[in-house]
Amino acid sequence: MKKMYKITAPEGLHARPAALLVTAVTPFECDVALTYKEKSVNLKSIMGVMAQGVAPGGIVEISAEGPDAEKLFQTVTEVFISKGIGEEC
Amino acid sequence: MLEIQGIAVSDGISFAKAYCLKDPDLSFEKVTVLDVQEELERFKAAMGKAKKELQEIYEIAQGKFGADKAAIFAAHLLVIEDPEMIVAIKSKILAGENAEYALDEVASMYIEMFEGIDNIYMQERVADIRDVSKRVLGHLLGIEMVDINRLSSEVIIVAEDLTPSMTAMLDTKYVKGFITDIGGKTSHSAILARTLEIPAVVGTKNATQVIQQETLIILDGTNGKIIVNPTSEVLSFYKQLHTQHITACEELLQYRSLASFSADGCAVEIAGNIGKPEDVDMILNAGGDGVGLFRTEFLYMGRQELPSEEEQFLAYKSVLEKMQGKPTIVRTLDIGGDKHLSYLKLPAEMNPFLGYRAIRISLTQQDIFRVQLRALLRAGAYGHLKIMFPMIATLDEFLRAKAILLEEQQHLKSNGYLIAENVEIGIMIEIPSAAIIADIFAKEVDFFSIGTNDLIQYTLAADRMNENVSYLYQPYHPAVLRLIKNVIDAAHQQGKWVGMCGEMAADEIAIPILLGLGLNEFSMSASSILKTRAHIAKLSKQQSMLHIERILLLSTTDEVKEYVQRHLISS
Repeated sequence: MKKMYKITAPEGLHARPAALLVTAVTPFECDVALTYKEKSVNLKSIMGVMAQGVAPGGIVEISAEGPDAEKLFQTVTEVFISKGIGEEC
Repeated sequence: MLEIQGIAVSDGISFAKAYCLKDPDLSFEKVTVLDVQEELERFKAAMGKAKKELQEIYEIAQGKFGADKAAIFAAHLLVIEDPEMIVAIKSKILAGENAEYALDEVASMYIEMFEGIDNIYMQERVADIRDVSKRVLGHLLGIEMVDINRLSSEVIIVAEDLTPSMTAMLDTKYVKGFITDIGGKTSHSAILARTLEIPAVVGTKNATQVIQQETLIILDGTNGKIIVNPTSEVLSFYKQLHTQHITACEELLQYRSLASFSADGCAVEIAGNIGKPEDVDMILNAGGDGVGLFRTEFLYMGRQELPSEEEQFLAYKSVLEKMQGKPTIVRTLDIGGDKHLSYLKLPAEMNPFLGYRAIRISLTQQDIFRVQLRALLRAGAYGHLKIMFPMIATLDEFLRAKAILLEEQQHLKSNGYLIAENVEIGIMIEIPSAAIIADIFAKEVDFFSIGTNDLIQYTLAADRMNENVSYLYQPYHPAVLRLIKNVIDAAHQQGKWVGMCGEMAADEIAIPILLGLGLNEFSMSASSILKTRAHIAKLSKQQSMLHIERILLLSTTDEVKEYVQRHLISS
């Protein structure tokens, strides 16, 4: 499964937003990756996510494979919207 | 037994074991391991211990300081749980590297990568990674790491210096005082010690080198003395002194509910300085007549973005409500100099104290200033608010700042907000130029508040943080006294009042002079309020006035001290 999101957090996907996202996906069983500018990292790795340096307005692709992938996307979308990090696109 | 002398910055005596905060030796060798499984187990065990510690710290910090200040430890937990980092380290161990070396390699790789990204958040993450990898490394090497917020018995902290974030974590239940190698009377840690009302001695130069972990020490914050491993005679002598100090404090308590008057019946105001809304309680406990300086920097520091208008409004409102109609003077943002905000991206400067700071930033980055003013004016509806601007050098700066304030006032009013009416607007007198043309300012402002720490620093051109020139920090220097006289006279001629919110306002020698000069308000740390009220109650203002002319003709600090002691205090 794949979904695209636009990052709306004013500081980009750094620090707090990145931490929220990583915290949200870590409990899931499936593997999950975040792709930005053709580079993919493990979305469960805070340092990987921050090293991406996603700027505000940046478009990222999140892909997940595994039994609970669908539920994971629900959670991700929820976190994105409720914390003002980004929106589906 | 060993004695160390430092600078006395916060009164009181305490006895406890030393708790040295120094970076432990975490050096290690690179070796090839033969049993990689065993090495992996060792690594896992160290990670487990570090993680457990971080979780504990996080929970303690959350309970003690709230989720906001604890967030840094949540970030540390994410770092230690990072699956990519763990995999990278494990694969290095599997290739025969020892755990210490593998950890250091991977952590350094991330640090290097993040340092290459030009973003302030990344710099903070670098600090997080360093902290976490040090913690794990410590466990690998079997070295106990110190945690200032995991204390469980009474200690006296010994450190090279205390950073603001470290001091924010101090718990006075266990921390009975602190000793630092560097710093002076006005350094942040010193001010903090007085706010927390714990004894402190700073500027000892080598305390961290001579005091061993866990040794018993006596900390005499009143005289700036530290005694390491005291003999039983010395210990009992100090215990007696301690009792006397407590008795003296209890005697002062009778002044709590008294108004502030000199012996000859002249009224003054004795107010307190605060840096956080919680500090108000200490001012009220000491029976302060008001808040003479509310520093607002706390709202802006230790975070990643500017505080919202609502957040500021609630903070100011809580203080104004607690003060129940007693005057509360709020100083607008005084950032810059030695206080930085990472998210404002202020450029590094050669002379930060002479650079882009305080009102200079407010007038340039007006969006920040206007939000603060709106929050203040709205909060003003809930108490007796006065506003002052820091670091005013020219009349133009004041007029511009005031115009912005009036604009925001008008704006809020037309939007139907409940706001403070007729707020007194004043300026800090910290820059000699403002002190010299106080007569011009006096026609425009409602009041002056003399900030002596900066005024002295600027008048004598001596960096107050630089130990090599600390002898130039002279509150009784005739130039300083004459400037203060000029300011007070100019204000009184226009029917305005003058306060002082620097350290000098609580100085035993300075007080009779200031009283004689006609200072209206003395504002200080909560812990000095009662002492000052008791001191002033024994002084005659008339008597002091008679001596002012003579004092202003004295040529050195020592002469002033001696004169005041002989003619004004003992009489």
